Amino acid sequence: MKSKLSLMIAVVLTMTLVVSLSLIGCKAEKPKVVETAAPAETTAPAEEVAETTAPVEEEVPAWQQSEAYAVLQVVTEKWEAIFEKDGYYDPGFDANDFESVQAPSSAPEEVEAGQFITINWAQWAPADNLDALSKDFTAETGIRVIVEQVPWETFVSKYNTEMIAGSDAWDIIVADSQDVGNMAVNGHFVEITDFVVAQGVLDRFTPASMYYYSEYPKGAGRYWSIPVEGDALGWAYRMDLFEDPDNMTAFEAEYGYALGVPQSWDQILDIAEFFHDPDNDFYGVAIYGDNGYDSLAMFAMQTIRAYGGDLGNFETFNVDGYLNSEGAVKGLEYYRDLFQYTPPGFGDAFFIATNDAFVNGIVPMTTNYFAFFPGLATAATNPYADVTGYFTSPPQTTVAGDLKQTTALGGQGASIVKYSKKQDLALKWLEWFARDDTQAKWGMMPGSFTCHAATLESDEFLSAWPFNPNMKESFEIFEDWWAVPQYDEMLRIFSEDLGTYVIAGKQ
Amino acid sequence: MSNLSRNNNPGTFLYRRSLRDSTLLKIFILPVIILLIVMNIFPLFYSLFLSFSDYSAKMSFNWGRNPEMIGGENFSSILRDKVMWQRFITTAKFVLLTVSGQMLLGFGLALLLQAKFPGKGFITTLLILPMTMSPIIVGVMWKLFYNPNWGMFNYLLGLGKIDWTTNTQYNLYACAITDIWMWTPFVMLLSIAGLSAVPKYLYEAAEIDRASWWFKFSRITLPMVFPLLLIALIFRTMEAFKIFDVIMGIAGRGATAPQVLSLYLYNVGFVTWKTSYGSAIGYIMLIMIIAITSIFIKYLNKAKT
Repeated sequence: MKSKLSLMIAVVLTMTLVVSLSLIGCKAEKPKVVETAAPAETTAPAEEVAETTAPVEEEVPAWQQSEAYAVLQVVTEKWEAIFEKDGYYDPGFDANDFESVQAPSSAPEEVEAGQFITINWAQWAPADNLDALSKDFTAETGIRVIVEQVPWETFVSKYNTEMIAGSDAWDIIVADSQDVGNMAVNGHFVEITDFVVAQGVLDRFTPASMYYYSEYPKGAGRYWSIPVEGDALGWAYRMDLFEDPDNMTAFEAEYGYALGVPQSWDQILDIAEFFHDPDNDFYGVAIYGDNGYDSLAMFAMQTIRAYGGDLGNFETFNVDGYLNSEGAVKGLEYYRDLFQYTPPGFGDAFFIATNDAFVNGIVPMTTNYFAFFPGLATAATNPYADVTGYFTSPPQTTVAGDLKQTTALGGQGASIVKYSKKQDLALKWLEWFARDDTQAKWGMMPGSFTCHAATLESDEFLSAWPFNPNMKESFEIFEDWWAVPQYDEMLRIFSEDLGTYVIAGKQ
Repeated sequence: MSNLSRNNNPGTFLYRRSLRDSTLLKIFILPVIILLIVMNIFPLFYSLFLSFSDYSAKMSFNWGRNPEMIGGENFSSILRDKVMWQRFITTAKFVLLTVSGQMLLGFGLALLLQAKFPGKGFITTLLILPMTMSPIIVGVMWKLFYNPNWGMFNYLLGLGKIDWTTNTQYNLYACAITDIWMWTPFVMLLSIAGLSAVPKYLYEAAEIDRASWWFKFSRITLPMVFPLLLIALIFRTMEAFKIFDVIMGIAGRGATAPQVLSLYLYNVGFVTWKTSYGSAIGYIMLIMIIAITSIFIKYLNKAKT
């Protein structure tokens, strides 16, 4: 009995000791930093550097000695390793070398009435709009449309799981733009190139939207979807604060130029710094911090590109020289700097948190996808709706001295599922959806952004919502993430490594 | 010929036409066996096979390419990965924090509940409630408590605006506090069961001998409850090692979430679809859990004897 008692006491004491040590360690623990492979010159012991590499040290530019460079270098190496493993750098590699099932160039004229199709999309206002809009299709054809909405958190993984299982639960999936390569190469979607060409979709939809939402491989002329929701990151700001005479005077005195709609990313940082006043529960800016899926990656992508970096070359699959370039380093450092001015708890902030911060009046400006801006333009959901203005992601002078204006693309395209037993009905729906009159109506619905060129140009569209002109402008500058089948693994690496760097910078 | 078939009793005819006991037994067990094979045994061996291959469920099945047999490469890669070892340490830290907290608090509460006081039954019921909730709901609920801007946790403790959910310095402890809150009642219940089973005459005898409170506790209470405490320890260690939903609810699955093994397994297996690598991680976790629980079970058997 004694031995049991001793054992029990020993276990309890050990655990108590470990917990105490852990808690002590917690206080002393430094912020988690990404494991980085800093350049060889910077990782050598100090004495060694002093003795042997002093002249070399001068040759290494300062930006290559930064933590941001080390983070991006690691991601570059990991990404290139993925491409190398999958043979992308092999001589004769052809990204276009995969088979597909081709849909007919037009939908059947007559279909049996009383049938239905099921469309899968994420759970948000545009999906409600699609549900409402599809009632016109039902009235025309007698085919009922069920729009199934999946919460954003599980949207991509859920439809991927269904496709892996060869499920015919859905006839159409409105999938994320970056997933088009995965779905095409792995044979989950029906190719609709003949249909797109025959229906004149290429002439009627903006070229950029067809390139990003529908085409894979990029530039190969093979199409897999009809753009449904064109979207991009934009900005909302409080006009009353920006136009307040006291603020304007103080800002100009501090920064040497007039407070107004930011004309560059540098100015966004200045304005965020100016307004940041945590002691009075007011913060400089609301931007994304969530790194579970792609929100942080999308924001990082645009700051990296704005300063002259890039994710890589989408045609050669080279990453070295793009993602670990000086512009990319500057862009990533910028993100980390800007993140300092977010409200507490923004490490997992996505579209709800940024809009909430804005409508609660704790930030003067926020980023979000345009599809989420109707909530800010409506007095019922935003008490500052009448003093809310909008702006497009501004141009920025890159490290090379060029002027670059870019924004991150959001949105999705509708594709026919290869396992669907109602592909003809699904094609009929696509044909109806791509029609000019349907697109005109779709473009007028709150939060639904058509990629239909004529609708985008129309006065009716441009005046429908205060942010629509910015949305149209964003359509000319938006850029997307990798659309290769490996995008998810690349996204995970990018989000983990950069997420730790950006968020830990605030801790 | 059996005795039954030679029997001329009229009831025998019916009995012979009906099923034998052993056949009935097999029929009743068969669905469970089939279910076990389909749902447990097959996935167990299939994932073991996959762990020795390079396979992604996202890609089409193509024998020789997907999956491609690569021997123990996944295992060696996992064990050589420094980041993986950090995840082991984070998991171990979480297990130690939660299990020790639950054991101390659970047993302490059980001792307090031995006293007689008004509303004891009601308070016991209240204390058990957290355990009856869904872990993911608990996670999401505590995420709201932990909100640095308007959450109750900081407000009640006067902690200012500490970010408990995404600050990597604190969020492991936030998840541990939640897990302790949720599962302390489990230890408490087992301890109450153990304490109720201690024969009263032992205390009476100790009273006669004028034994001190500590003597009674250390020589009677603790040894008698020890086997049940060990069972609680085994269950809680296994569960804490596999923790997923509470962390997912509080801190999500991103880079700033506490990087425990199961979260990593989820990201590898179901986000990036590296199915075979995920299977190998799963097997390493399985081996570790078996090793730890075997040690506890050894002590449990000793305690019983």
